[in-house]
Amino acid sequence: MVTTKPRRILIAKPGLDGHDRGAKVIVRALRDAGFEVIYTGIRQTPEMIAATALQEDVDAVGLSLLSGAHLTLFPRIVSLLRRGGMRGVLVFGGGIIPDEDVPALLKKGIDRVFGPGTPLQLIVDYLNEALGARVTGEK
Amino acid sequence: MLAGDTAAASRALSLVINEDVRSDAMIRAFFMKSGAAQKIGICGPPGAGKSTLAARLVSIYRKRGLKVGVLAVDPSSSISGGAFLGDRLRIQEHAMDSGVFIRSVATRGMVGGVSHTIFGAIHVLEAWGCDRIIVETVGTGQAEVIIARVADTVVYVTTPTMGDEIQAMKAGVMEIGDVFVVNKGDLAGKDKALSDIKAALGLGLSRDPPPWETPVLSTSALTGTGVEALSAALEAHAKYLRDSGEGRRRLKQQHREEVSLYVSRRVYQDALSQLDRYLDDLADHKTDPATVGARILKK
Repeated sequence: MVTTKPRRILIAKPGLDGHDRGAKVIVRALRDAGFEVIYTGIRQTPEMIAATALQEDVDAVGLSLLSGAHLTLFPRIVSLLRRGGMRGVLVFGGGIIPDEDVPALLKKGIDRVFGPGTPLQLIVDYLNEALGARVTGEK
Repeated sequence: MLAGDTAAASRALSLVINEDVRSDAMIRAFFMKSGAAQKIGICGPPGAGKSTLAARLVSIYRKRGLKVGVLAVDPSSSISGGAFLGDRLRIQEHAMDSGVFIRSVATRGMVGGVSHTIFGAIHVLEAWGCDRIIVETVGTGQAEVIIARVADTVVYVTTPTMGDEIQAMKAGVMEIGDVFVVNKGDLAGKDKALSDIKAALGLGLSRDPPPWETPVLSTSALTGTGVEALSAALEAHAKYLRDSGEGRRRLKQQHREEVSLYVSRRVYQDALSQLDRYLDDLADHKTDPATVGARILKK
């Protein structure tokens, strides 16, 4: 059967941060763009997010964080994902993240950071392109 | 071969759910080990508290040391093909428990409350080692009854605002519950709902003694009230299935459904792949749907 299957994305809210409007906007945009989107809800530990990504076998994990703890939590999640065997999973982030922190995050394995005001279509296009290029079974 | 290996089970689930060419081999390997887990279907209208109730049941099973799988089904968009799989959020307290495997599943075009690939997903979770598998359907309307041909035991969850006994008398979902639950029992109207359901179940042809006295329970998934009684009712139903011939009858019904989905899915996809070339002729009235349909089936 040669039908294309929807890509699966986990949107997660790590740490002590209850501001989830941004995450919900992303969830909705990705749903409408044809992705299957799972949302963890707020106040998740990095361990919970990595375990969820593994059980849901997602193609990408989107992290939304507005608390300022991104430099600690994002790299920790990336390393837990890798340790759990999800080497090929795409990790992107967004929220209140100062421009000067972005290079450090990219260096730690975050594939892309989207700041406030990013057009939703840009995120959709990015995911379509990045995930389309990934070979299935690579994870 | 999958027992306890979460990463391998997760990949196997994806292959089965994506109808990958390797899924046949998976099902061949896993099926022979199937049948040990009790498959519990949870259905009911959107927002009745199915996922939260599932989370409570998982807690009870885990206290008893049982391994639990949850397949949480939510609808795919008929427009984009995407989906928001939002059940997991309510069960997320169990995310770190290595004895619990939760997988969110989109319907991907299947009507009736589950996905085409639900049986394959169940086989993978059985091979992983589940003692209980909870299949939570999409929020159902009046006629999404396929869960009765997937699960061993069907829990129908409703709320105190479900309507009156006339609603409870209708055919469809009200016929398939082995256990009825009025959730949100902390809200007003619980007693009326309980008595309306009991009254509706008491109508009709009686069999003496009744093979299974359908329990009608009240729970509050929010506070946990009544959930122990629900799990006791589920155990009692499992015993009833074992002791009567009903368990085997249902199992055969499940296999019938699984194979018929397998066949219809392949025939259907094959037919659809040929359909496009006839659309212009149909639009120009050069042919008709019956002729096109017959021609595709003959190939």
